Amino acid sequence: MATKVEEIYMENSIAVEEQMWRKGRRRQQLKHMLTVASPVCLLVLWEVLSRTNIIDARFFPPPTEIIGTFFKMAASGDLFNHLGISLYRIIGGFLLGVIPAILLGLIMGMYRPVRYFFQPLVMALMPIPTLALMPIILIIFGISDFSKMITIAGSVFFPVVINTAAGVANIDGIYLDVAKNYGAKSKDFFFKIALPGALPVMLEGIQMGQAIALLTIVAAEMMGAHSGIGYLIWTSYKAFLLQQMYVGLILISFFGYFFSLLLRMLQKVLIPWKK
Amino acid sequence: MSEAPKIQINHLTKIYFKKHKAVTALKDINLSINDGEFVCLLGPSGCGKTTLLRILAGLEKPSAGEFHIRRTSKDRPLQSMIFQEKGVIPWLTVEENVAFGLKMRHMPKTTIKQQTDYYLEKVGLKEFRKLYPSEISGGMKQRVSIARAFANDPEILLMDEPFAALDEQNKFILQEELLTIWSETKKTVLFITHSIDEALLLSDRIVLMSTQPGQIVREKMIDVPRPRKVEAIRSNPEMEKEFVDIWEHLQTAVEKARQS
Repeated sequence: MATKVEEIYMENSIAVEEQMWRKGRRRQQLKHMLTVASPVCLLVLWEVLSRTNIIDARFFPPPTEIIGTFFKMAASGDLFNHLGISLYRIIGGFLLGVIPAILLGLIMGMYRPVRYFFQPLVMALMPIPTLALMPIILIIFGISDFSKMITIAGSVFFPVVINTAAGVANIDGIYLDVAKNYGAKSKDFFFKIALPGALPVMLEGIQMGQAIALLTIVAAEMMGAHSGIGYLIWTSYKAFLLQQMYVGLILISFFGYFFSLLLRMLQKVLIPWKK
Repeated sequence: MSEAPKIQINHLTKIYFKKHKAVTALKDINLSINDGEFVCLLGPSGCGKTTLLRILAGLEKPSAGEFHIRRTSKDRPLQSMIFQEKGVIPWLTVEENVAFGLKMRHMPKTTIKQQTDYYLEKVGLKEFRKLYPSEISGGMKQRVSIARAFANDPEILLMDEPFAALDEQNKFILQEELLTIWSETKKTVLFITHSIDEALLLSDRIVLMSTQPGQIVREKMIDVPRPRKVEAIRSNPEMEKEFVDIWEHLQTAVEKARQS
């Protein structure tokens, strides 16, 4: 008799927990849906307002038309030329900025005198927009791909330097004690303590640098270029081909998202100890 | 004991100087520790016991006085420290943490593997070797710390309240495990704690310190035979007396510090 009552209690308990679990899963699904819903809602709203002429379709052409334009441009092959050249400049400029920034940042983080020497320079140069230096960069390097890369590199450099130096400087003192107590010499200290310890904060800086690189390329290609996404946006705008211009803008937004995902994945691979 | 002491500390003094004010952290510390002896430094917080350990660990320099650790082999590091709970490096796996000291000294690969395997087995972490510290419990982290220090095979071991952050059960288990591993190697140990029970269980000798200035005020030999068990120490009437005696000493030390 008693066992029967117990059984019923057990079954009830399982049923209650199962229901809770289902509820939790439904909530999770809702979260995913909301994440997808926000851009879809925006696009639908845009489409409707544009089609009904509530907003001016000349300035805000409906998204479906922009997609149509995208396929037309893609078919002609022109779009991919612009895209390819922009990507080449972005990646080149990004690496040109990030690699020296990481090196200088690590050295600044590890050696106090270096930090005190370079810190004021970094602080003073950071607020100068590299775009404002574009004319001088163009004079020195000409209207070449390299001048765009230099411009991007200049903008990417600063957030990465600052985050890398901060990353090293903020490593918990106890790990430095452990390294010293167990006899870590400079090279081992660099690769086993300083670099991995700084990595999480450093990658945040690189993530920021990536966004800045995209902001910079468009503006840089508007000024002194005959190709690239920025050039496409600018010439389309001047010719009042706004659908083409939107294709350019959306591509930039897409790449921003894509690079963010890529870096997020890199983060998972490079810092497996953080969950 | 005709042999020279393993650790000899003479007139060691440490003063912190800040804004025209000198604070004496350690005052004229004299201590000699024999080879294979397990010594606990016991004192209230702020008595400079951690400072003394950090000086012996080469992490700080004394203001005056000297210490000497006797070397028996050139290939051995002088000392290895077991740090408080956060001393396990988060970006290295359990295995890499245990091998850390050996790797830093660039020992041959086979030696590193052998030593690491041996001590991973000893502390029961063999199946967790590939995990990161964030994936294991606090007690397991301290096992990693213990294995790392023993694997390094130093002349002496320094331990800075390694079990202070653990819960009571885990603490007892780890204390006994430490004693087991220690009894195999018979390394000289200097162990810091503020727990009287811990000191009574572990040590051959307890060195009592007082605060402001930090100095050695008394020593106590604990000659309970080994191997020791937590229950045995707890139920030993002799040890109860020792406990009360040490407790009274600490109380007066703390009160004196409050009044001054």
